[in-house]
Amino acid sequence: MICSFLHPGLLLIFSGLLIPFFSGFRRTLFICIIPLISLFIVWNLSFGSSCTVSYLGYELILINFDSLSRLFATVFCITVLVAGFFCCKQAKSTELATAFVYAGAATSVILAGDLISLFLFWELMALASTLLIWSSQNNNSYQAGMRYISIHLLGGVILMCGIVGHAHETNSIAFTQMQLNSISTWLILFGFLLNAGAPPLSAWLADAYPETSFSGMVFLSAFTTKTAVYVLMRGFPGTDLLIYIGLFMIFYGIIYALLENDMRRILAYSIINQVGFMVCGIGIGTEMALNGTAAHAFTHIVYKALLLMSAGSVLYMTGKRKCSELGGLIQSMPITAVCGIIGALSISAFPLTSGFVSKSMISQASVDEHLLWVWLLLQAASAGVFLHAGIKFPWFVFFQKDSGLRPSDPPKNMQVSMIFFAMICILIGIFPNILYSMLPYPVFYQPFTSAHIISQLQLLLFSGLAFFVMLPLMKRTLTISLDFDWFYRCLIPKLSSIIFNYLSKVDIAIKEALRNKIVFIFYRIKINYHLSLSNSILIVMILFSVLLFYYFIN
Amino acid sequence: MKKNWFYRKSSIKKLYIYSAVFLGIVIITEYFITMHPHFKIESIFSFYAIFGFLSCVVLIFIAKILGFFIKRKDDYYDM
Repeated sequence: MICSFLHPGLLLIFSGLLIPFFSGFRRTLFICIIPLISLFIVWNLSFGSSCTVSYLGYELILINFDSLSRLFATVFCITVLVAGFFCCKQAKSTELATAFVYAGAATSVILAGDLISLFLFWELMALASTLLIWSSQNNNSYQAGMRYISIHLLGGVILMCGIVGHAHETNSIAFTQMQLNSISTWLILFGFLLNAGAPPLSAWLADAYPETSFSGMVFLSAFTTKTAVYVLMRGFPGTDLLIYIGLFMIFYGIIYALLENDMRRILAYSIINQVGFMVCGIGIGTEMALNGTAAHAFTHIVYKALLLMSAGSVLYMTGKRKCSELGGLIQSMPITAVCGIIGALSISAFPLTSGFVSKSMISQASVDEHLLWVWLLLQAASAGVFLHAGIKFPWFVFFQKDSGLRPSDPPKNMQVSMIFFAMICILIGIFPNILYSMLPYPVFYQPFTSAHIISQLQLLLFSGLAFFVMLPLMKRTLTISLDFDWFYRCLIPKLSSIIFNYLSKVDIAIKEALRNKIVFIFYRIKINYHLSLSNSILIVMILFSVLLFYYFIN
Repeated sequence: MKKNWFYRKSSIKKLYIYSAVFLGIVIITEYFITMHPHFKIESIFSFYAIFGFLSCVVLIFIAKILGFFIKRKDDYYDM
């Protein structure tokens, strides 16, 4: 099938399966070349549908290409290249292979033009990401992976029910914009939102991602939530409900990140927070908002990967994840620290970094629609992002009290990857037109007005002031915060063990009673009726008919 | 061994002064530029600085109060 060679997603998937056959320099070369070929294919695809396959009487469209899918496919290929190079010498081949399959599945979801192929790659993504979570190969990651896959398979089943219903109602499997006017579209929306980390089932993200290897989380942060953002943009733009869900995610992310002690879990919560901005933008749904969402997804993938590479380097060099055990690392890891700070400034939308040119489009869209409250909450959230990710992460890892740890900067390949993404963050921050020219709609927005720069600086710097004024209240403690996962990690196992204990007691009692009863009946028959021939035939007939009945119902 | 620049007393003092000056500058600059407020509330002088500071204080307090109910020892699930 010629199509699989020209399909950037399938290319990543199949070449990922070949990675275990290479080692050393050849493996590194392979890891770098394949994403570049994918990227090349993406930029040479023509807009429109291609690569169709017949399946179960349906025509599946594996590639439905336009400027939006090009933007996402581009950033996915770049991420798999840079994150792959980041760990090309340190990670096991199996980890890299699953990462490639995962990235390929995500790219295929982006390109899918119908709901069935979308669903198939959606599930492949869930499986590959679970394997990636297991790549740190310890009991914690195993259990977190099991919880992760349970939630995602649940989401998958709900999504499939929705797709089946939708296909039945509309007689079409085409993936186009949907209205929330039937149960099936609600189910599809639920399935999509689950992967975006939306409430109530948002705990899977911060539960599972930090348990993976130092490099696995770089891949994980990029694909699952962003494919969800993409499909929401395609399927449900302008759905008001998404504004409120997005706002909830934004503040949920901030509050939980403020309470958190584990540096990678802080960044995991901030993924939910940033995806909240995007979901909110999709809810606003104007061209400006959707442009902002697409731009923010692009910049977010880059700076979040940068932050996680920085955190991953710290984890790789020190073996520690908790803020209470870290601190003072700028003294011996200056490159990691500077790259981490650039990522932190970008996520906070500091002027001249990539977040500034993308996030402000979403708040501008809320201004254009005169949504005062949404705008106020987005501004408060921007301040909150600087608080929990912009300052908290670098401060507790690279500054604060000296932990006495003196690890050096990580190996060269890890440094190069970080520096490359840090440069992209600044490049987009200075020349936003590079990004704006790739967006789905024409951009009529100028981020660099003096009023915008000054207002953003005021907002951020005074949030920073609040951080240092309130620092005594932010003291790190050896704690975790309960989340929705408490229900399936504590409550349900406890309840079910109580119920099963009780049921087994009832079961024993029933068996006991039945045994006594049967013995009693036969005793009675024996004593009182002196089993006559006719009686025995009757009993045999009854038993025989029961058997026959049993046979037929089976 | 000489302490790292960030951990010397003299440089911490410098950092305080620079930050204070910088915070002052971003407030004062507002006098000299036109701000194009879209909403009424934006026309308050140094609205963004006040709003940013207050929202962070509120967020930290909400987190503190919520933490009182949902924080557990970090081996909570291992037991």
